[in-house]
Amino acid sequence: MADSASNGAFVEFDRVQKSYDGETLVVKDLNLSLPKGEFLTMLGPSGSGKTTCLMMLAGFETATHGDIRLGGTSINNIPPHKRGIGMVFQNYALFPHMTIAENLSFPLEVRKMGKTEREEKILRALDMVEMGAFGGRRPSQLSGGQQQRVALARALVFEPELVLMDEPLGALDKQLREKMQFEITNLAHNLGITTVYVTHDQTEALTMSDRVAVFDDGRIQQLDPPDTLYEAPQNSFVAQFIGENNTLEGTVKELNNGLALIQLDDGELIDAMPVHESVKAGARTRVSIRPERVEYNKDRIQEGAHTLKAEVKEFIYMGDIFRTRLSVAGNDEFVIKTRNAPDVERLKPGQQIEIGWLPQDCRALDA
Amino acid sequence: MSDMTDTAGPVLAADGTPLKRSLARALRRQKMRALLLIAPLLIFILVSFILPVVDMLYRSVQNGIVSNTLPRTVEALADWDASTGELPDEVVFAAMAADLKDAAEAKIHTKVGTRLNYENPGMSSLFRKTGRKAKKFDIENGGPWKEELIDINKGWGEFDNWRTLQTYSPAITSGYFLNAVDMRVGTDGPEMRPEDEQIYMKLLGRTLWMSLAITSCCILLAYPVAWILANLPARKANMLMILVLLPFWTSLLVRTSAWKILLQQQGVINDILVYVGLVADDSRLVIINNQFGTIVAMTHILLPFMILPMYSVMQTINPSYLRAAKSLGATDWTAFWRVYFPQTVPGIGAGSILVFILAIGYYITPALVGGTKGTFISNQIAFHISTSLNWGLASALGAILLAVVLVLYWAYDKIVGIDNVKLG
Amino acid sequence: MKLTKLAALAATTALCAPAAFAEEMANEMTLVSWGGAYQSSQIKAYVEPYLALHPEVKVTWDESSAEAVAKLRAMNEAGNVTWDLVDVVASDSMRLCDEGLAVELDPATDLAAAPDGTSAEDDFGDLLVSECFAPQIVYSTTFGYRTDLVGDTAPTSVCDVFDLAAYPGKRALQKRPIDNMEWALFCDGVAKEDIYDTLGTDEGVSQALAKLDTIKDQVVWWTAGAETPQLLADGEVVMGSTFNGRLFSAIAEQNQPIGMLWDMQSFDLDGWIVPEGLPADRKARVMDFLKFATDTQRLADQAKYISYGPARASSAPLVGTHAELGIDMAPHMPTDPANATNVHIYDYEWWADNRDDLNAKFEAWLAK
Repeated sequence: MADSASNGAFVEFDRVQKSYDGETLVVKDLNLSLPKGEFLTMLGPSGSGKTTCLMMLAGFETATHGDIRLGGTSINNIPPHKRGIGMVFQNYALFPHMTIAENLSFPLEVRKMGKTEREEKILRALDMVEMGAFGGRRPSQLSGGQQQRVALARALVFEPELVLMDEPLGALDKQLREKMQFEITNLAHNLGITTVYVTHDQTEALTMSDRVAVFDDGRIQQLDPPDTLYEAPQNSFVAQFIGENNTLEGTVKELNNGLALIQLDDGELIDAMPVHESVKAGARTRVSIRPERVEYNKDRIQEGAHTLKAEVKEFIYMGDIFRTRLSVAGNDEFVIKTRNAPDVERLKPGQQIEIGWLPQDCRALDA
Repeated sequence: MSDMTDTAGPVLAADGTPLKRSLARALRRQKMRALLLIAPLLIFILVSFILPVVDMLYRSVQNGIVSNTLPRTVEALADWDASTGELPDEVVFAAMAADLKDAAEAKIHTKVGTRLNYENPGMSSLFRKTGRKAKKFDIENGGPWKEELIDINKGWGEFDNWRTLQTYSPAITSGYFLNAVDMRVGTDGPEMRPEDEQIYMKLLGRTLWMSLAITSCCILLAYPVAWILANLPARKANMLMILVLLPFWTSLLVRTSAWKILLQQQGVINDILVYVGLVADDSRLVIINNQFGTIVAMTHILLPFMILPMYSVMQTINPSYLRAAKSLGATDWTAFWRVYFPQTVPGIGAGSILVFILAIGYYITPALVGGTKGTFISNQIAFHISTSLNWGLASALGAILLAVVLVLYWAYDKIVGIDNVKLG
Repeated sequence: MKLTKLAALAATTALCAPAAFAEEMANEMTLVSWGGAYQSSQIKAYVEPYLALHPEVKVTWDESSAEAVAKLRAMNEAGNVTWDLVDVVASDSMRLCDEGLAVELDPATDLAAAPDGTSAEDDFGDLLVSECFAPQIVYSTTFGYRTDLVGDTAPTSVCDVFDLAAYPGKRALQKRPIDNMEWALFCDGVAKEDIYDTLGTDEGVSQALAKLDTIKDQVVWWTAGAETPQLLADGEVVMGSTFNGRLFSAIAEQNQPIGMLWDMQSFDLDGWIVPEGLPADRKARVMDFLKFATDTQRLADQAKYISYGPARASSAPLVGTHAELGIDMAPHMPTDPANATNVHIYDYEWWADNRDDLNAKFEAWLAK
């Protein structure tokens, strides 16, 4: 307790477990702390426990075991309306029988704020999301994106220190979503509020967050800034879930000079970075290589790169890049991405080529 | 192509007809097809609902029977000045004798007697008794008819009977409506009936306030039930829904009789209260055959009509509204009262309109458990339809009830807004 | 010669075998009655014997007598009368007759004479209260009381109903002015023969209502005849009025501790009317049935099944024992001399004139 507060942790999950039926745990031994002002995203497939965590933080679910602390004090027994946490819901949850201004006024009224102060804050909050002219409208008269802004303004109008967002952009089209991603991040950083954001969209997580917690099976699989997460996944789930990824399966022959020698299932021997703790001589492993780290232009294969034979299965022209599907070491789904440049050869299906990558781009993870 | 852009005239379709007309024609065909599809339903509604209602409304003022049955008398009576207090002269009596002879031969003299008897007791037997002899009248050579008619029945010598006949000779009458509001045509125009005959306005008032009480009871009881139904998992909700609908599968009479067994003084509830010692055996509660009994039994019978619209509205309310309210700092009560409750108002409105309108038209249950103080105006309508056969009065009462409902509906629209009603 | 012979032949055939006209008669009949034990007695006493003679006839029942007047009026207006013979109380028959909804009957031709040759008109006597009415039974509205709840002295007079001191407890009365107003005046000292004259004045009405006021708090008002026996059985009331047949079945068939109070029983009649506007073949059939069903033997037979008195004088001596219980039925008839020492003769004509008026006053009084 004492040291967590001195750590500067604002929100803290301490060995939190949650079970709905008393038989299975939806959240298993969750430990997480985030400092004030951080934008943290909980990312994971549905059923991974991320929304449950958010609901426990908001107070709509109670932790079966463990402690949730906010600003150093346990909030397990504080009802949701006393937690002072702003929340944006997936369907916006704007009260349909109230105007936009009334919706924003609601949290201020229950805090017994005076009328002039309320009006001032409402106006400021609406202006903040560029909805100042819409105060007299009903939610049903607004578009999805406008409703989203109002929901955001309502969650912020009473100036909470912590804001929770539960897949708030899920219902918007792609363009609007990208615009809102940008706006939300900006707002959060400008206001200096701590944000916990739940999504299953990895692009959203990567573009918006200070740090991302990848959830699977009720546990945080990895908690890191987006770039670390992408470039240095700690296990094969994260490697698969974040970005595009090629996997080759094999057995560890030996560990040598910080590199692992791995015999792929078709007999080929390659070097890889031993990342996961389970990578030991004789153990099964999956080797992960990002598609953009693989080269086939002879000139571009760097020195020290490992080269393999490959057969082209499919070549797709995508404008800025070429996406090529290959058969490599028995894996027909091996994908590489190459930037479109004048000197890059355009491949044809059936063509035999040689590809290469650096051992440090090749990460040996758990099987 | 160029003339399209040049001319400021109407836009033309490909075949040169103005686009508007072309569109109207295309739409008209669609509308005709739609109309044809619903035509059977429209005709059905027209024949089985609208025409009877119009017919009923017409009956409440229709009075052609007097002038049709007694045409000569009505004509002769037009010149009679009732204010003199004198009986009409021989001309009128002779006309009456001729009319009576024709009417008796056509066997319609008793009908007009029945009609006039509504306004003046005794005229029914006056016509019936005179009619027996009227067939043998010799119009050409008989008379003088004044003496002869008074001789047959002294009712013909009563001034009031003639005045009634004159008052009710027009083909359209306000008599039924006056009667329905406890008034009558006196010597100086419409006046209130004597107090011991005033009944309909009192019953109408009682019907309205008791229907309101029943509606309120239904709201109070149905709200939590609908809330539970809407918040249970679908399977359990369906099970409970069957329990809610179960009363519909039992006969109305059986349900009402069951309340009698429960509520009467030697009934189950009183027995239990006496057994527990809450009530002394000699002062058992009177909870049936009064207004309380009617309210209890009718609340029970009409409850499903309140639960169903409430349930269907509550089901559509996303639970995240309540969560949002709480996350914004509202207590459970504030969240319910300011966020949940306003969204259920359309369901309450729909249920209330249903229950209220059904309640004011009920007559079986009030007749069985209402005693003297718990009966409705519809009991009187039923009485006049099936027992006294005074359909004109029944129609007038029905028309007034219909008008009251429409006024209330209008008031509801003004206060709550009719678009604020949702049946599901 | 030939023609007269033929005519004579036809006349004799007609007299000897009415069945010769069967081809002109419809073979289907819809009878309307009250349902329950009363309708069963009609089936056993009239319809089954008639069907034994005319197996080709099919009879349908409609239990709509309670709303017969309104329905007949509606059918008549719609021009589609589906009923052939309707069982109604006497006052309804008068109204149907007044409205022109029922066929006027001629007792000499439409009703059978008594076996001893007395004409139908004389045999039915005063009971032919309307030109359209073929009476079947005499019933009465009278009081029953709980033998175990009235103390040592059982009530003997209708005025005991108004005596709350001697007989405390609730009473059941029919929710209508008829009978109740007359009983109230009688018990308020008005002589029987003056009752209707008194009731014809506003003071008389007030007097009757004032008398009813003395027991108003203790009255349970009924609308269906079955209510009083049930109320008596439950102990909800100590005494109550209803039709005598209802009380008979509660006493004799269900062995309830109920006693009969015949004093000032109000006689009423029930009988057939034939709706106006029937097609010839249907009318021929129903007139044939009517003549059969109202003959002396048929009316006497009906009393085997229900305790209502036959409407013909000539049937009375033929009344026997109950078909199932074996009880001698005569003492249970409202018309039995022992029961009919003090009866109230209900004035149909007077009520036909004054019913609407008094009903309004009565309802206003009830609602007070």
